[in-house]
Amino acid sequence: MAARRIELMLCTGTGCVAGGAFGIFEILEKEIQIQGLEEEVSVIITGCNGFCGQGPLMVVQPDGIFYGFLTANDIPYLVQEHLLKGRPVKRLMFSPPEKKEPVPLLSEIPFFKKQLLVVLRNKGIIDPEKIDEYIARDGFVGLEKALTSMTPEDVINEITRAGLRGRGGAGFPTGTKWKICRAEKNNPKYIICNCDEGDPGAYMDRSVFESDPLSAIEGMIIGGYAIGASHGYIYVRNEYPLALKRLNLAISNAKEYGLLGDKILGTDFSFELEIRQGSGAFVCGEETSLILSIEGRGPEPVQRPPYPAQSGIWGCPTVINNVETWATVPVIINRGAEWYSKIGTETSKGTKIFSLVGKVNNAGLIEVPMGITLKEIVYDIGGGIPDNKKFKAIQTGGPSGGCIPASMVDVPIDFESLTKAGSMMGSGGMIVMDEDTCMVDVAKFFIQFTNDESCGKCSTCRDGSEALLEVLTNIQNGNGKEEDLEFLEEVSYAIKDASGCGLGTTLPNPVLSTLQYFRDEYEAHIKEKRCPALVCKNLIKYYIVPDKCIGCKKCLKECPTEAIKGDLKYVHIIDQSKCNKCGTCLDVCPKKVSAVIKITGKEMENITGTEEPYPVVKKKRSRKHES
Amino acid sequence: MSQLTLDELRKKREEAQKNIYLREGKYRSKITVHMGTCGIAAGAREIVSAFLGEIEILTDKDVMLTTSGCAGLCSMEPMATIELLNSPPVKYVKLTPKKAKRIFKEHVLGGNIVADYAIGIGSEKGG
Repeated sequence: MAARRIELMLCTGTGCVAGGAFGIFEILEKEIQIQGLEEEVSVIITGCNGFCGQGPLMVVQPDGIFYGFLTANDIPYLVQEHLLKGRPVKRLMFSPPEKKEPVPLLSEIPFFKKQLLVVLRNKGIIDPEKIDEYIARDGFVGLEKALTSMTPEDVINEITRAGLRGRGGAGFPTGTKWKICRAEKNNPKYIICNCDEGDPGAYMDRSVFESDPLSAIEGMIIGGYAIGASHGYIYVRNEYPLALKRLNLAISNAKEYGLLGDKILGTDFSFELEIRQGSGAFVCGEETSLILSIEGRGPEPVQRPPYPAQSGIWGCPTVINNVETWATVPVIINRGAEWYSKIGTETSKGTKIFSLVGKVNNAGLIEVPMGITLKEIVYDIGGGIPDNKKFKAIQTGGPSGGCIPASMVDVPIDFESLTKAGSMMGSGGMIVMDEDTCMVDVAKFFIQFTNDESCGKCSTCRDGSEALLEVLTNIQNGNGKEEDLEFLEEVSYAIKDASGCGLGTTLPNPVLSTLQYFRDEYEAHIKEKRCPALVCKNLIKYYIVPDKCIGCKKCLKECPTEAIKGDLKYVHIIDQSKCNKCGTCLDVCPKKVSAVIKITGKEMENITGTEEPYPVVKKKRSRKHES
Repeated sequence: MSQLTLDELRKKREEAQKNIYLREGKYRSKITVHMGTCGIAAGAREIVSAFLGEIEILTDKDVMLTTSGCAGLCSMEPMATIELLNSPPVKYVKLTPKKAKRIFKEHVLGGNIVADYAIGIGSEKGG
């Protein structure tokens, strides 16, 4: 390749693609040609950059300047100003909400500053469709080292000494799992990569495959060598087309180079990889059901032991690890256990990827050292809560996790601390909630999800989730009874104790953790028929404050159920018998007026909306005019 | 493509590293070509190509080439600023591709300022 003076690292993670990144790619190429810069500038398509909240985005190298919220209309100006004339475009740079001046350099943006990239070391730096670029960034150095200077036992020892624990959720020590599998006498042995990422709001594994598929592949080859397997499967959700495409390409490129196949790098070790597509059943993320699914059978969890490491796919010893775990392996082998184990806490080593979503300014994908506090994640990396709202809680671990209240933000993130706080590491979903989130509603949302996704094998999980859902729905509708809370707890513990797989044993966590930290909110729903966050539809009313209404007819026109009575310059009134609580009136009421409010509990008494509209009383002029 | 041996993989890595040097951010020297309207009219584009041609044949790609706006001395364009690590920037004026090549060899690689074309050392003070 000829020398270039500028490279544009254009993010094509799923978020940016949805925002039109490929369209921007075409316009960039066209504009670069128009300015005659095609010999000097190239556009590199990269995987997810991580700062998804700013997409579509790109980074200009070698300057390291970050541009976000790109639109097709910005491109001609950007190409002419920055690429041709060397004048970076300020208005496309990232500006923190509280500051006026933009931050030009990616390395200076707080979102990136506190991150530590181990698994995502190549994100935004390489083109995930080019194996040579992976190789250039120390790709396959770990494999070289393992195959030429280490015995399989050495590899396992190195992983054990590094303290790597499975990133899929439970945090089982990876080295121990490998050791058990290697010790099994049965042959052949298998390797599986679990990319059945089903938690709502989580996309860590998808991003690894979209931005750097070969890192996980290299990890699997090393794992195969360590346990004595010559065949591996990658189980990917069907809903990840871009990840699948890049994964397929990576495998065929690796085959071409002989990094997969017979006698890898001229040694005696051979290894093959196959992709299996899942159809998106949540339970397939559970290892025993995933194995059944690959075998072509119905995915129902199987009682353990025996563990897959003893008897897995086709009854053979199988090591099954998550994408992130596999992608960590080559770095540990390359840089050594000493280096890796220095990162993190006593019991949780290394880094962890989280998808930081919800009510947070900088939503995106982050990789942080273990031991970082929730506070640092929410405020320093996440940039705090939008619209000056109050931070209420953070939900970690997806449907299996729990809600940690804002008062506990100093909790360091590691496997033990999160479990102690009533949540769990899970695969790394992190949903930030503000004061407008109702915790009963959150618990119900997750139980609804797990109730849908329960495979139905164990009655505690199947019927227990149904019972939880029914009671939560009653509470939300204002039909809760005081004994309901005890019942919720009792059923939850029964589900935890008697369900067969991880889905069941963890599904009550959202209920238990919200009951633990937000019991007063449940009680308000039950005793006062009040939803403090103003979310539960049956416990709130929309109301137009007569003193504020200017009679502009905006809400009246937009109301889909024609529940609003009134006329121009007449105070509008919501007929509560017709209102379906969609909230449109609140959305369309001009900000300056803000006459529509939500009320709950006692405030709702006597609000029926049966009275007739009356003329707006002309208000006295405001003080400013008087003086 | 046939199967790689260990040596071939290592060789490939070295080759491939040359293609992604822009993203790694390790530089010994920085060339800035001033590309205001005046600079472009006076032929700054050719100066960029000349520098780029020189960088291309380098084995260690540790020279960063960038552009910036008008330097304020429009009558002296095309202009370029050369910055070596730990030394003040030097401004060159009235460049031609030939002069650019000489500056690249003597100053960027050799570390000796080409006094014939230089107008001064250092940059203006910021207000």
